[in-house]
Amino acid sequence: MTTLTKPTDDLPPAARGSLGSVSAARKLKDRLVQILVYIAFALAVVPLVSVLWTVLTNGLGRLDATFLQFSMNGVGGRDEGGGAYHAILGTLEQVAITSVIAVPIAVLTAVYLVEYGGNGRLARAVSFFVDVMTGIPSIVAGLFVLALWLLTFGFTYSGFAGSLALTILMIPTVVRATEEMLKLVPNDLREASYALGVPRWRTVCFVVLPTALTGIITGVMLAVARVMGETAPLLLTIFFTKAINANPFEGPQAALPTFIWEQAGDPNQASIDRAWTGALVLILLIMLFNLGARLVARFFRPVSR
Amino acid sequence: MAKRIEVSGLHAYYGGVHAIADISMTIEPRSVTAFIGPSGCGKSTFLRTLNRMHEVIPGARVEGKVMLDDEDLYGPGVDPVAVRRVVGMVFQRPNPFPTMSIYDNVAAGLKLNGVRRKSRLDDIVEESLKGANLWNEVKDRLNKPGAGLSGGQQQRLCIARAIAVQPQVLLMDEPCSALDPISTLAVEDLIAKLKSQYTIVIVTHNMQQAARVSDRTAFFNIAGIGKPGKLVEIGDTSKIFTKPEQKATEEYITGRFG
Amino acid sequence: MTTDTGVKSAAAVQSPVRGAAMSTGRAGDKIFVSAARGSGILVLAIMAAIAVFLIWRAIPALQKNEANFLTSEQWDPNGTPARFGIAQLAFGTVVSSLLALLMATPVAIGIALFISYYAPRSVAGPLGYLVDLLAAVPSIVYGLWGLLVLAPHMEGVSSFLNSALGWIPLFGGDNPGKNSIFTASVVLAIMILPIISSISREVFLQVPRAHVEAALALGATRWEMIRLAVLPYGRSGMIGASMLGLGRAMGETIAVAMVLTFVPGINWHILEDGGTTFAANIANSFAEATETGRGALIASGLVLFVITLIVNMAARAVVARRKEFV
Repeated sequence: MTTLTKPTDDLPPAARGSLGSVSAARKLKDRLVQILVYIAFALAVVPLVSVLWTVLTNGLGRLDATFLQFSMNGVGGRDEGGGAYHAILGTLEQVAITSVIAVPIAVLTAVYLVEYGGNGRLARAVSFFVDVMTGIPSIVAGLFVLALWLLTFGFTYSGFAGSLALTILMIPTVVRATEEMLKLVPNDLREASYALGVPRWRTVCFVVLPTALTGIITGVMLAVARVMGETAPLLLTIFFTKAINANPFEGPQAALPTFIWEQAGDPNQASIDRAWTGALVLILLIMLFNLGARLVARFFRPVSR
Repeated sequence: MAKRIEVSGLHAYYGGVHAIADISMTIEPRSVTAFIGPSGCGKSTFLRTLNRMHEVIPGARVEGKVMLDDEDLYGPGVDPVAVRRVVGMVFQRPNPFPTMSIYDNVAAGLKLNGVRRKSRLDDIVEESLKGANLWNEVKDRLNKPGAGLSGGQQQRLCIARAIAVQPQVLLMDEPCSALDPISTLAVEDLIAKLKSQYTIVIVTHNMQQAARVSDRTAFFNIAGIGKPGKLVEIGDTSKIFTKPEQKATEEYITGRFG
Repeated sequence: MTTDTGVKSAAAVQSPVRGAAMSTGRAGDKIFVSAARGSGILVLAIMAAIAVFLIWRAIPALQKNEANFLTSEQWDPNGTPARFGIAQLAFGTVVSSLLALLMATPVAIGIALFISYYAPRSVAGPLGYLVDLLAAVPSIVYGLWGLLVLAPHMEGVSSFLNSALGWIPLFGGDNPGKNSIFTASVVLAIMILPIISSISREVFLQVPRAHVEAALALGATRWEMIRLAVLPYGRSGMIGASMLGLGRAMGETIAVAMVLTFVPGINWHILEDGGTTFAANIANSFAEATETGRGALIASGLVLFVITLIVNMAARAVVARRKEFV
């Protein structure tokens, strides 16, 4: 024991009579880094807990039937009451339209990259730009739809315009997720199908895609959760309304993120409260999709994996 | 330099799997001890318990005693880091640090131990590379990456790296299995040279190699799938390969199984 | 699309002539390949269209601009004559993102190390998930939290930094406030933590076991093992990760827009209220913008697009170089 704890930092360690122990300085450094690494983790947890906690405590106050059933039509900033029904409806419609447009494009792009593209120039270009697309600031997606759809084509603000902007943000995420899943499908399965004389496209549609389906659904749900919280592009494309507008193709529509933005911009406490509750509902929706994605991934795992 | 290892009642586990059971043996200093046996018999696992590398794998643990002269490697208060400095190791596949030069690879362990002076480092690096029979081949390109060497050279670089910190014991886990015959010969020559200074333990699949390089040989075996590996017998290499005491050893040596 | 080609071929398969069925297979193949390739090309087209339409819509406003677009600190595109420049926006964007990067990178790498090498294995997975949850929180919620929860706390921090480090020009100034670039960069740092740490974690996962064991067998402590085997291996991956984080921070809109209080002009005292970024300015000024105003915002968005494009491409290139190296 005595020899084991004896500091032996002088070197070389040659011919030292005992096992010795690591020098105090090295041990200290090791400890120090360990503490720093633990602190780093704590630093990440503190804001997470703080965000979730404040949203929960501040948001619960107005999480009532009125909030979920009524719009802000005719409700002033100082007034109590009012709700986000119009915003929840808008968000769900916009996200649904976004998925309908983005998922087929993204899945087909991924199919192209994995099944057909090989290492060709087009495939590499597409793959590269999908990566670049992941990094497009969301506000730029909004500006693009503004420049193309509203200013050039002359359409008005609408939920659909918002969906177009969200589509640009959703495509790369779904492409990447689908790509990963398709790569996991064992090649034997494809070869077995070819060996039976099944044409390639049928192999992809009826063998490869179904095998990867749960993974793709998981990826899509995560992507939906992601775009659901986007605010910036919506400000430029759906604009604002306090009233219920169930038609996503005509006129300004509300969405939960823009609802929060609007309410938070008003200094009255009643509005701030509504903003918190809006944030709570938004987070709950996002968590729901996240959880759903995980459940799908867990319970509908294909047998082959 | 060079210490005697005495193992008694050693068990090793991977999670719930009992990998080796109740091993006791003495490993003599300044000699080469070879571990032979069929795949999965626990010889590599046992080797890794001798410098506490076994416990690096999550969920792995060890019971029993490993005495290095008069100190228990698994005694209370023993730092595994200190153990590994005294008991060096060479792995199956050469694993020089890919981002480092040849020089830095050899000096890595020294720098950890606080050797900073350039002239001292230069001396030990040269000495170690000479000790590993590599100096003449690399002396003109010490600042080139170690990954640029051939497989055999890389393995000798790893040996140089291990002996640079002047350990008491050198463990080698199938050091030639990834090498061609000529490189294998070079490493075997090196082992013969190093045994005058170190206690060397080598795991090998190759019985000719065990016969060529070792003074003593230990044969490990498993009773069946899912059973822990055990030491069948240990003795002078000449005796193990000519007149083993156990039938299982004889069958393995003569190639009847394994 | 798939269903309707599926229907066609099903009909064809029923045809008694075998050759016909085979040829339909080939036709189906052709249609399907075109659809797949078309989608890929559409992605490229979208990227091109973004550039083209932003430029096209920006030009009229730029022609009406009477100030220097690149160097002017003014932003008054709605006035007559229109005068606007991006100097202040670029300043706010670059400074807040770099500060955020400076704060986030060490912490994020620390988190990645914690989860890969320090945390007990049974909890490492759930803890990693916890950090990923940070990424699931939408930016509008960070904005709300930053404005109403963090900013009041930042007032004290800012005054402390101002009194302690006021001799550094960046931390100088007379009125440290809470709606400053500094506060915005703290929010941004929190938001980019998960992306940097999750990519770093992925890189650490790929460090070959042989290198880790080589270091440990030499008698390295855990930290020394990380320094010898993990960090050199993961270096370009970590650089790429933080550059992606930088791109993310530069493009972040809502959280920054909510936290900052607009004060015109470049202010090097980052603890004082004021400052704005490309993205925040677009969100804040859009509702009141005239036609020229919108064009000006589109022009500034174009600059942001180009900057983030460069940062992201560079980041990808760094990460790709690592792949070749390994």
